[in-house]
Amino acid sequence: MHKNLDLFLTFLKIGAFTFGGGYAMIPLIQREICENKKWISEQEITDIVAISESTPGPVAVNAATFVGYRTNGFVGAFIATLGVVLPSFLIISVISFFLNEFQDFKAIQYAFTGIRVAVLALIFKALWTMFKSVKKKAVSYLIMGLSLFLTSFMRIDAVYVIIGCMLFGLLWSLLKRREKSNGTD
Amino acid sequence: MELIELFLTFLKIGAFTFGGGYAMITMIQYETEQHGWLSQAELVDFVAVSESTPGPLAVNMATFVGIKTYGIIGAVIATLGIVLPSFVIILIIAKFFAHFRDSKAVEGIMTALKPAVVGMIGTAVLAIGRIVFFPNGMNFDCFVSVSFWVYSCLFVIMVILAFKKIHPILIILMSAAVGIAAGYGLGL
Repeated sequence: MHKNLDLFLTFLKIGAFTFGGGYAMIPLIQREICENKKWISEQEITDIVAISESTPGPVAVNAATFVGYRTNGFVGAFIATLGVVLPSFLIISVISFFLNEFQDFKAIQYAFTGIRVAVLALIFKALWTMFKSVKKKAVSYLIMGLSLFLTSFMRIDAVYVIIGCMLFGLLWSLLKRREKSNGTD
Repeated sequence: MELIELFLTFLKIGAFTFGGGYAMITMIQYETEQHGWLSQAELVDFVAVSESTPGPLAVNMATFVGIKTYGIIGAVIATLGIVLPSFVIILIIAKFFAHFRDSKAVEGIMTALKPAVVGMIGTAVLAIGRIVFFPNGMNFDCFVSVSFWVYSCLFVIMVILAFKKIHPILIILMSAAVGIAAGYGLGL
């Protein structure tokens, strides 16, 4: 029981004090879980982060579920996930109430006109950072262009693009493996 | 009935977005437009608020869209929807830990997914760019209006600050101040 409470409070703290999404959350999870609580080893947390990034959904939620499960099974996973989500939920609920009340104020409208520019700049930066981390290969650029074209100009649901890429990646890796095993035979 | 629709929509978004919150914007934009849940400018405002409040961007956005459409019950349903796929998938993987990480198939899938996610974020940039620079549609008048040039300059400055690793909240606050000054000073 004590461990569950500890797990809950730890992830509540992580959820309440990280800004800027899952990637900003990782160093905090590392410090709290590995260094302070010693629930999980440094090596294992690196694996958990890698898996959280390569599974769908918010990275922070994935990591919380995983650490919770490793620490205290299914109950631990549930408690940690609840902890990491709860602050967001409460804060956004309160803010949206105030936004509703004040949205007709001229100053708020002007502020948001400026803020939209900031959002564009921040996403543009994220785009550039991710673009640079992609492997410089013709096929990467092809997928990138196709994904942009289909979701932007053809207005196709991005889910189909994701599924298509998953199938393509799967086939690609299977073909490569077959090539390799043929080569050694 | 509409609550089920809301739940299923966010379940789908939770199950199919890789690479964090930004990639999710394109999907949320597509869905909210299809369902007519909110205006596209409202969505950009949501992104700003989600960015300047703690917690995962995706969870913040889900809670926001949920509240806007069906109040507090909508918020619970949308948040549950976006979290559930993660929860279930991670629990399954946690049992087959070693196999997943070393799998060549997973590596192949991720190699193909990453550029697709970049393309999707590109779509978000284009859509938000249209809202910021051409709020009344694109035509010649846009390029001679004062607001277009003011916000273009602001955009360039904020991009430079973002690359200089200035904190996102500071960038949002400064842009809000410029927006208020431009609104009252220039009547934009």
